[in-house]
Amino acid sequence: MASERKTKLSKNLLRMKFMQRGLDSETKKQLEEEEKKIISEEHWYLDLPELKEKESFIIEEQSFLLCEDLLYGRMSFRGFNPEVEKLMLQMNAKNKTEEVEDETVELDVSDEEMARRYETLVGTIGKKFAKKRDRANYEEDENGDIKPIKAKKMFLKPQD
Amino acid sequence: MAQAATAAAAAAAVPLAGGRARAARAVLDQVVLPGEELLLPEQEDAEGLAGSGERPLRLNAGVRSRVRVVCGPGLRRCGDRLLVTKCGRLRHKEPGGGGGGGGGVYWVDSQQKRYVPVKGDHVIGIVTAKSGDIFKVDVGGSEPASLSYLAFEGATKRNRPNVQVGDLIYGQFVVANKDMEPEMVCIDSCGRANGMGVIGQDGLLFKVTLGLIRKLLAPDCEILQEVGKLYPLEIVFGMNGRIWVKAKTIQQTLILANILEACEHMTADQRKQIFSRLAES
Repeated sequence: MASERKTKLSKNLLRMKFMQRGLDSETKKQLEEEEKKIISEEHWYLDLPELKEKESFIIEEQSFLLCEDLLYGRMSFRGFNPEVEKLMLQMNAKNKTEEVEDETVELDVSDEEMARRYETLVGTIGKKFAKKRDRANYEEDENGDIKPIKAKKMFLKPQD
Repeated sequence: MAQAATAAAAAAAVPLAGGRARAARAVLDQVVLPGEELLLPEQEDAEGLAGSGERPLRLNAGVRSRVRVVCGPGLRRCGDRLLVTKCGRLRHKEPGGGGGGGGGVYWVDSQQKRYVPVKGDHVIGIVTAKSGDIFKVDVGGSEPASLSYLAFEGATKRNRPNVQVGDLIYGQFVVANKDMEPEMVCIDSCGRANGMGVIGQDGLLFKVTLGLIRKLLAPDCEILQEVGKLYPLEIVFGMNGRIWVKAKTIQQTLILANILEACEHMTADQRKQIFSRLAES
């Protein structure tokens, strides 16, 4: 039977996803705009004048911790409770860390000594990984420092 | 309305008519009564006093660059002003350090015995009930605070803390407002105890006024330094007015409790007399 007349599809059916996949982008946009228009008319909104929120510069706090620098609540004197005494130092120091400036970190080992150690360190570690033949290259100085590796012995072609 | 010019120059005994506001700066360390309104420094300048050059030059007269002010206990925000709600002395603290922000803190130094739970306060509580997963702890407020059994260091569902009814707990509030039941915990935000938890055996718990606690916990408190020289002892201060003390003998503990209770009403001389008498005996 020849279909002379296309069956009219409802709007809701046309709005479904599977029907929209075949549409052009333009028709899609048009449909979206129409939808938006419908929404904006039926959409509910409050008919009030815009209220400006007054930004307040006063903050309310009910805690005394902000007002006064209070010490930590647990205290122990003359060694009655050593853990609490440790805590006292820790917690009271925390409150005062903001005031005390950071002191420069004191070096335990001077730079020169570090450099000297590193010189010999290379040799010591290298010795660990050297094969038995190469270990002979590591000779000890009078001071006990290890000298660096000498040139490796290569295969020498015999001369006629 | 408010004649700030006269108010700033006025001395202490000024009859306060309704709606009369004084400058907060003028009233520092003086007694204020509930219902008074205080003007912040910026408003004071705007109302006609000679500008002392404190505020920066404004290009746009309408726009105000205001500094954030914190109003502490005893004060409330009332429009642009501070409203006093407790009687006491008005105090002010400038923000310390670089990143403290502008303004400062204003508060009223008042005295009271009844504690109202405040978030962040360290308090001593007494466990009154154990129901399911939480303990009910009496902190001296209008209702008992709840303490979850997981809020202890190293506590898991299998490993429950050893807390019995009647134990003393040192903890801090995480939730404390007038609409909800207060909740406390015995760990800090990193999960460490930091001295909180069950307070040990023996010792004596007694109650004092809240102002005394703050006075004793001030950084430069002489009373504690003198007390510490007497004999080995341990004290725990709760911001809810409760103090727990422990010394080697019962007599020493009682002496300590009496001293701390009495030192609220003693002058410095009287205190020194008592300490010297004690040191002798």
